Amino acid sequence: MAQETFTIQGLPTPKLEAWKYTNLRALGQIEFQAPTSTPSIDQVPTVSESSIARLVFINGQLNEALSDTKNLPEGVTLDANPASVDIGSNETALLECGFSLNIAAGVETAGPVEVIFIGGVSDTSIAYRPSIAIRLEDNSRASVLENHVGFGDSIYFSNGVAEVRVGQNARLNHIKIQAEGAGAYHLSNLRAQIGRDGAYDACTLSIGAKLSRNDINARLEGDGATCSLNGATLLRGTQHCDNTTVVDHLVPNTSCDEVFKGVLDDKARSVFQGKLVVHKDAQKADGRQYCRTLLLSDDAEVNAKPELEIYADDVKCAHGATVGEIDESALFYLRSRGVPEKRARSLMVESFLAEALENIDADDISAHLLGIIANWLSDED
Amino acid sequence: MLEIKNLHATIDGKEILKGIDLSINAGEVHAIMGPNGSGKSTLSYVLAGRDGYEVTKGEVIYKGKNLLDLAPEDRAAEGIFLAFQYPVEIPGVPNTTFLKEAVNAVRKYRGEDPYDAMQFVKLVRQKTKELGINDEMLKRAVNVGFSGGEKKRNEVLQMAMLEPSLAVLDETDSGLDIDALKIAADGVNSLRSPDRAMLVITHYQRLLDYIVPDQVHVLANGKIQRSGGKELALELEKNGYADFAEAAA
Repeated sequence: MAQETFTIQGLPTPKLEAWKYTNLRALGQIEFQAPTSTPSIDQVPTVSESSIARLVFINGQLNEALSDTKNLPEGVTLDANPASVDIGSNETALLECGFSLNIAAGVETAGPVEVIFIGGVSDTSIAYRPSIAIRLEDNSRASVLENHVGFGDSIYFSNGVAEVRVGQNARLNHIKIQAEGAGAYHLSNLRAQIGRDGAYDACTLSIGAKLSRNDINARLEGDGATCSLNGATLLRGTQHCDNTTVVDHLVPNTSCDEVFKGVLDDKARSVFQGKLVVHKDAQKADGRQYCRTLLLSDDAEVNAKPELEIYADDVKCAHGATVGEIDESALFYLRSRGVPEKRARSLMVESFLAEALENIDADDISAHLLGIIANWLSDED
Repeated sequence: MLEIKNLHATIDGKEILKGIDLSINAGEVHAIMGPNGSGKSTLSYVLAGRDGYEVTKGEVIYKGKNLLDLAPEDRAAEGIFLAFQYPVEIPGVPNTTFLKEAVNAVRKYRGEDPYDAMQFVKLVRQKTKELGINDEMLKRAVNVGFSGGEKKRNEVLQMAMLEPSLAVLDETDSGLDIDALKIAADGVNSLRSPDRAMLVITHYQRLLDYIVPDQVHVLANGKIQRSGGKELALELEKNGYADFAEAAA
């Protein structure tokens, strides 16, 4: 019997201002199927040696054998979501997956919680929804590493949602690697609420997927709350990646720092929409937001839209967007010292992107991201 | 070591070099002096292989090889070093990383094992000590925020690390006060050796008080108009370039 298929309904269209530059029409035409088997893989692409726990999802299903949550430190609760099919208002059948993580007050973890979502391990098109809840109670400190990896070229859809709460004087380092397969659609929608003197530091490396979009809304809700939202995006072919952020400064003395760096080759396209909203009572807000893009090809394109919305009168906000090419005179300078052209280009791109990785607080993780970047560059023609 | 024969070069179709002949042997220091726009910097860029300069006639033989056939990085690995008039700033790339990349790329080309981190640090410390350069300069991004003097000292450090057999110094004196000039010249002099040749390009004679050349050539209107000993530089200082500009016109 032929398996039933479904399409994704209710997707936003470019008529909506927030979706002006990212068109999901092709995604809406894909016929998805519920998975028929529980696939496995031989080797899990792990990142950190010092992870305190690991969850592995394959095609949106938890793989318990590959996961490891046995040695959770005291005060750390990590639960994979029960498997279910979400038949919501969209009448779609996205597989629910994901996890909830709670860090008790005062607990500081020694390493990251590493969560790996592996897609594309199927001949049919599968859609799943990583649903993530992270809560840091007061005075705690933790890091979460999300690694979205795709195998093969098959078409699949990862439609993530995340709710993050950072308590008073707590600090979360949230690193996301988006290295989905070439046929993947990756959407994620994250909302972070940051309490008094709390800090949310996020870095997203986007390198995979046919089309991806990261929506982040950071809400600075307590006096002294800070966030840094960074992104490094490397695209080629006809890849499309959209980073859309809204930072709400809701109370006085909050600050945010955003650095999004993109490197685009071929006909790739990136979008950056960043909005800083300083609400009426949020005096002394300090916001800084930059989007810088390096174009490696004449056909690549970036749409950058930094926005400020300020309702307070004593604030410091800076924003900007720049687009450039490799500096030919610097390239010649490097070559004149014996560095081969390809290596010289890589060195310049790596140094261009490095600033976006500066808010990662574990050296082994930033080294891993730099390795992914170096790998991407070594594939350049 | 270097043989330039009837070299013609153009930029954007405009002929800048109009038949240069020059021969430099190992151990010699040659100076090229000339007025602005005479083609001095063009000559240095053509030797280093910068894009945008088209050689339309003539040849350059370096150590028996046709230099113009080589990519810039291969010229560097073969021992050609251009000290830039305006060293380029490379934000985000630490000086140490830059030096290590360069030294190991050249070693690789020559079939030598790359230096590991320890060996490299030892070498760079030795060179900075010899040249009296503050190690702090190594940690900063390449030339970013460097003073004019620091940039030129950084060029000398790169030269010391890469140990070229032919160093082309393009207006090393430009932008330097007399103290900075003296420090840079001392660095260059410490690198003079019987198996290393140098081509010093300058507008003013004063640099040649510190880096004393074996031969001086006057470049005007894309051609070498006259060659002589170091006393030629003094003559130019006195009479200026007017005679040559007129002769060439």
